[in-house]
This record gives sequence, structure tokens and C-alpha cells, in this order.
Amino acid sequence: MPEESAIIKVVNLTKKFGDLEAVREISFEVERGSIFAFLGPNGAGKTTTIKMLTTLLKPTSGQILINGFNPLTQQDEVRRSFGIVFQDPSLDDELTAKENMEFHSVLYSIPASLKKHRIEELLKFTELWERKDDLVKNFSGGMRRRLEIARGLLHHPKILFLDEPTLGLDPQTRNHIWAYIKNLNQKEKITVFFTTHYIAEAEQSAGKVAIIDHGQIIERGTPEEIIAQAKAASLEDAFIAFTGKEIREEAADSKETMRSNRRAWRHR
Amino acid sequence: MNAIYILWLRQVKRYFRSKSRIIGSLGQPFLFLVALSFGLGPIFQKAGGGNYMEFLAPGVIAMGILFTALFSGIEIIWDKQFGFLKETLVAPVTRIEIMIGRTLGGATISMIQGIIVLIIAAFIGFTFSYTDAVVTLAFMFLVAIIFTALGTAIASMLEDMQGFQLIMNFLVMPIFFFSGALFPLNDLPESLRLVTKFNPLSYGVDGLRGALVGSSNYGIGFDFMILAITSAVLLLIGGYLFSKIEI
Repeated sequence: MPEESAIIKVVNLTKKFGDLEAVREISFEVERGSIFAFLGPNGAGKTTTIKMLTTLLKPTSGQILINGFNPLTQQDEVRRSFGIVFQDPSLDDELTAKENMEFHSVLYSIPASLKKHRIEELLKFTELWERKDDLVKNFSGGMRRRLEIARGLLHHPKILFLDEPTLGLDPQTRNHIWAYIKNLNQKEKITVFFTTHYIAEAEQSAGKVAIIDHGQIIERGTPEEIIAQAKAASLEDAFIAFTGKEIREEAADSKETMRSNRRAWRHR
Repeated sequence: MNAIYILWLRQVKRYFRSKSRIIGSLGQPFLFLVALSFGLGPIFQKAGGGNYMEFLAPGVIAMGILFTALFSGIEIIWDKQFGFLKETLVAPVTRIEIMIGRTLGGATISMIQGIIVLIIAAFIGFTFSYTDAVVTLAFMFLVAIIFTALGTAIASMLEDMQGFQLIMNFLVMPIFFFSGALFPLNDLPESLRLVTKFNPLSYGVDGLRGALVGSSNYGIGFDFMILAITSAVLLLIGGYLFSKIEI
């Protein structure tokens, strides 16, 4: 099978929650081996789109192809094609770094002969090897993120989804994590699809950018193209020019409450 | 198959690592055993009920299993947003495997909890007059499965922990109080007796009493059948609701 140049293909994708259209007929392609930034204000439909791309949500209508597979009919093939780092933590705090990796390798049926080597390689790559036997609950935010990235790469995915991978991290750690991601993209040719609120990260790292607002893609192109089109000085200015200055109030849903409770709990 | 095993293993590991949780959750059954058996025991004896410790211990063991099992199911609410659940939901394994692995894990730690309560009871003066280890474990297992599956079903429908207090007061405590764990059910008013008949824990307590001290109301064969059917039904409901979780 000749490899297509687009590794993610989305055509007229729509998701409705009751009356609310979270995502409205969006179409885009992501090139194999590229770094793609998916930007938008709060509640624009970013996370909903990622959930549909990663088989967590069923679209209301439209088509998706991930690495040539259909998430509705070829769920397992799609799932083996990507690794993901969620916006909220998804590590098991009561397990060690190594155990989290081992669990992942069992869930993805990685043969025992490869498992040991790959875990060591990835933990060394993310500079966590020394701490491999420590419980994750003793890890800092940046270490957790690195471990999540290492875990997402364990089954050698073609695509890495990162939903706000640097949220809540200090600039040093953010730089560090982006250095890993870029290195990975160059060396392993892994396609990276990420969302972020730090627009400067997208300007520095992404080859292509799409801006989504109110469930629709309003702008697409390289960072330079988008900046030029908005006649702005930076991608951040262009972003504000396209999406407006109005602050989006997300309905304070139960998840937000749980998130803030969790933070309070962890920093006791 | 491997996925089921690893999810089971994860819960067992977590259980043994959180020593404070184990000790914390044993406090309540310990208190019930000490306070009630020494407090109400003499009155129970005078009223012709016999040895209260013998009556109470199987009930408190069932309580320990009930609480641990329900909570391990309900943990899913938390896990949906901040836990390992998301990681398993995007892995190439089926939801049914995830549900089975979690439920078996929850049931295993609940059984361990039940066994520890049994040992504590033995230290405080509970003597098993009749003990069939296999039958005891079988009843513990069924009670554990039923309430882990029930917890899973509830957690699959809830968005956050706010409904938790509601579940505690209007589901868990009534299940415990109207199960015959603390007092005999025979002299209850007809309406309350009807409630106890529809309470699966009644059959769990009765079965455990049959297995541990040789006295059961309904007969352990009947208890076993009711519990087996209930666990099958709840596993199906829990599995269905779990497969519908959207995060």
C-alpha cells in the first residue's frame, strides 16, 4: 500500500450534544511527519475533535481517516496508530513509572522481548530512568508529562496527540518538553498533532496551524501565512484578530470543579 | 485476557500499597464488632437470641465487603477524569475486558477486606462453630461481585462526586441496615420484611452465617442461587452502562 501524504483526513466532521453543535462540518488534513497545531479559544471544539479522532467519541456525521483507518469500523487499528497525552493526567499515581509503562505495553500487546528494551530506551530518552522505581505520586508536573509522552510512544505510534501538553508547566519545563517533541518528530518522523493556549509554542514549533472557533475552522496555513493574512506581528496577535477579544466563559461544569478540587488536594 | 489480568493486578497492587486506606477502612467494622457485641450482646442473650457475636460477625464481614466493593466501583467517577481509565479507553482492548478486569480487581480486594474482618472478629471472640472455607469464600466472592458491579453501574451514570452523599445515605446504609447484618429479620413489620427480601445483601449475610456458624434462614443453596442470578444481572447492567461511558 503506497503511503498517502495525509495521515489524518477529516471531511465534514460534525458533533452535536443535544442542541449544541460543538463541532460543525470541519474538514482538514494533516501531512505525514508534520507538526500540526490546533488552536482555538476555550470551548471552541478542540478537545471534542481530538476525542473523535481518538475513538473516544462517535461523530454525529462526517468522515475521519487516521493512518488510513476508520475510527468507527477499524477501532483497534486506529488505536494502535496513535499515542496520546491527555489534558488531564492519566497516569496511575500509586504505581511506579516503570509499572505505568509495563501496563501500557500489556494493553497494547507489545511482545515481552521488545518491552524491556523499549521501556528502558524511552525512560532514558525522557530522563526518567533514574526514577523508574519511584511512585508517580512523588513526581513533579513536568516529570509526569514526560512520562505520559514516553508512555504514549511505547507502542511506536505514527501519530502523537498532545492536548495542551504544557498546561501548568513553567517556561523551563515547557522548553524542555518541546525540545523532546521536536527531536522526536525529526528523528522518528512521528506526526504531532497538538493543542495549546500558548500560541507562541505553535508559532515556534508547528509547520501548519488551524484555528477553530465556535466549532468551525476559521483559518488554516503555516504560521507565516496566518500572520501575513492578519497583518499582525505575531501568531498570538493574529489569533486574537481572528477570534476576537471577547473572553469565553466556559460553563463551569463539574469537570472544572473536580479539576480545581484535585489541584487543592494535591498541593495540600 | 492479558488486559483483564493487568487491570486486576493494578487494583490489587494499589490496595496493598495504600496501607492507611486499609487500616482506615477496617476501623468501622472493628468499631461495630466491639461496640455492638459488648453493648448489645447481653441484651440479645437475655432475649433468647443466643450468642450475639456469632450472629453479628458474618453481618459485619458482609458490611466490610459491601463498602469496599461499592467504593471500588464508584472510583470510576474520579478515574474518568483523572486516572488510568482514559488510558485504558484509548487502548486496543474492548470495554468489556476493561469492565471485567476492574470488577474482578474490586471484588478481590473486597474479599481480602472481608477476610481481614473475619480475622479481627476471631480475635475479639468470634468462634466459628461450623466453618466451610470454600462456601465462605464463594459467598464473599458473590457479594463482592454484586456490589462492585453496582458501583460500576452507578459511577458510569454519574458525572461527579456530588451525588456521593446521596448514594451513601439512600442506598449503601439502607442496604446494610436492612440486610439482617445487625438484627434478625423475622420480627420486622411486614413492609420492612418485604424490603429485606429484595435486598441482595440479605442473602449474602444469610449465606455467610450459614457457612460460618451453620444457621441460615433461607438455606445456603437458595442464598447462593439468588446471589448468582443477581450478580449475573448486575454484571450485565454494569457492563452495558460502562460501555456507554463518554468522556
